[in-house]
Amino acid sequence: MPEMTYLQAISDGLREEMRADERVFVMGEDVGAFGGAFKVTDGFFEEFGGDRVMDTPLAESAIVGTAVGAAVVGMRPVCEMQFSDFISCGFDQLVNVAGKMHYRQGLAVPITVRLPTGGGFSGGPFHSQNPEAWFMHAPGIKVLAPATAEDAKGLLISAIRDPNPVCFCEHKHLYRRIKGEVPEGAYETPMRARVARGGADLVVIAYGAMVWTALEATEDLDGASIEVLDLRSLVPLDADAILDSVARCSKVVIVDEANATCAAGAQVAALIAQRGFEHLDGPVVRVATPDVPIPFSPPLERAVLPQVDDIKEACRELLAY
Amino acid sequence: MATDTTLGTPATAIPVAGEHLTSDDRVALLRYMLLMRGIEERAMSLYKQGRVPGSFYDGFGQEAVSTGAAFAMGPADRLCVLHRDLAAHLVRGVEPARILGQYMGRAGGVTGGREGNVHFGDPRLGCVGMVSMLPDMMVVATGMAMAFRLRGEARCALTWVGDGATSRGDFHEAMNWAAVQRLPVIFVLENNQYAYSTPLDLQFAVDPVERARGYGFPGERVDGNDVEAMFEATRRARERALAGGPTLIEAVTMRMHGHAAHDDMRYVPHELIEKWRERDPIDRQEKRVRALGVDVDALRARVSAEIEQAAKSALAMDMPDPADASRGVFCEGEPEPLGDGHAPWSGFQEARDA
Repeated sequence: MPEMTYLQAISDGLREEMRADERVFVMGEDVGAFGGAFKVTDGFFEEFGGDRVMDTPLAESAIVGTAVGAAVVGMRPVCEMQFSDFISCGFDQLVNVAGKMHYRQGLAVPITVRLPTGGGFSGGPFHSQNPEAWFMHAPGIKVLAPATAEDAKGLLISAIRDPNPVCFCEHKHLYRRIKGEVPEGAYETPMRARVARGGADLVVIAYGAMVWTALEATEDLDGASIEVLDLRSLVPLDADAILDSVARCSKVVIVDEANATCAAGAQVAALIAQRGFEHLDGPVVRVATPDVPIPFSPPLERAVLPQVDDIKEACRELLAY
Repeated sequence: MATDTTLGTPATAIPVAGEHLTSDDRVALLRYMLLMRGIEERAMSLYKQGRVPGSFYDGFGQEAVSTGAAFAMGPADRLCVLHRDLAAHLVRGVEPARILGQYMGRAGGVTGGREGNVHFGDPRLGCVGMVSMLPDMMVVATGMAMAFRLRGEARCALTWVGDGATSRGDFHEAMNWAAVQRLPVIFVLENNQYAYSTPLDLQFAVDPVERARGYGFPGERVDGNDVEAMFEATRRARERALAGGPTLIEAVTMRMHGHAAHDDMRYVPHELIEKWRERDPIDRQEKRVRALGVDVDALRARVSAEIEQAAKSALAMDMPDPADASRGVFCEGEPEPLGDGHAPWSGFQEARDA
């Protein structure tokens, strides 16, 4: 299997689907001849042409809304938000038009909205956000957040083939930092959790970039056997896998890079409190970004985003409980 | 240049139909308007009896706008219909009983009780229901047209939009996008003088029809209470769309009832209502149709009977099963494509026959 970066794997998945299905097309700001702000669609314009790699006006509401219109008449649009932060401008079309369409009138909206998320590189308050929980709270939208290159490709293909609106949270800080073996050709990764590393004493539940932070923090933690569960999908949330890890490990640390209140991890904690209580040997512990905008300057940003040491400390305290 | 958007054509002027409408077409236009008004009046009485939950919104006095525009649309065209445009659903082929069932939240209503009042579109007839955030559907219709252009299909999309919604960003985003990509989309701006209680002079400083030119495509003001004028403007806009480009049609009309059933619209001057009552779109079309020698009283009786029968059917529909309330949030399996709608205009009939 070829080795690819996380970013190359996303491009590869997108290219596979565009080659296989003429209904699939890409639209967004600067995705055409320029190849996208992060170069996910580099070379696509030359292969597929301007109609299928469509540079759009700077209008996020219309990017999502026109994708909805194209989807209901049979297309499979893949929209790129240049930064996930900008989806706030397309929130209404996604939450009110796309998300509620099937329930209201039985009309499917197969759109994929690619959301380059996350911080860690001094992007500041408007280029670092993790908006996944906004969409977990809105019925009718699936939310995916891959951590590995292999999953980034396979989950993107699953998203494009899904008949529903899907927010595909691709973590910017993983784009070129993470490499891995990626199967050739098209494959779908299931929208279920994955045990990133098995363990018995404690489980760290994470998704996206925090999977790697959790793996690093717990690789050798005083000899404890620590499991890392990579959620991969937030909607649908893999309750069985979460409860299975809790039953085996009995202690849980949940990590979000997002702001803490009502984050994905809060939902996981509530699920464990309701359905995993009998298996717990300690409080459910959460590590997340406090409820502040993501600051620009490196020491400030490091102070708010969960770091390896934060996870280590949380695990040590819980192991000693 | 200041423009008076409140003046329609005087009621006494009865322009002859253009070459594109047969006598049967002209009668059909009247019939759809009568059906719309009759269904909404029946629904209002059901509302007053407590059989319509929530509130009730109607398009009394605006029947020509949706009738005329929808009548110009082909079977494969796609429509996003607004809340004062009931006749568009009738033209496309939705049965009156399913509309009354919709108002009453019945299982047999168009959305099976998922949605209320006029928030519906029958996907099998090529219509997509509106959302309450206006004018979101302008952007959706633009996207439909974008897909038609990408696939090289000779079809267009149409949506209605109110005067209030011209103030929101989606109005601008849709107008600009449609112009940049030269899309086959028609925006019918239904200027009914008030957005809830807000009059035009608190809504915009430049009449929105003039904005079309600023974006780079034609804008046309039409007497929205003249159903044949509405048809003709939309027919021409459709030709323009198929040749590659959008049109903004401003249909000047008047909301003759409150925003919804609870609204006594005391904020509207009485004289304004009286002035517009003289321009009632049904009265005007009725005069034309009578001049053709058609027995309008018999037509009215047939429409009334059809509505009574529909009300009976709707009242006999079951309420939805509460066990279904959580189902269908996501699509599982293959998406059902939008179907084609009815296109009763003789022009399409001739095309089919040929």
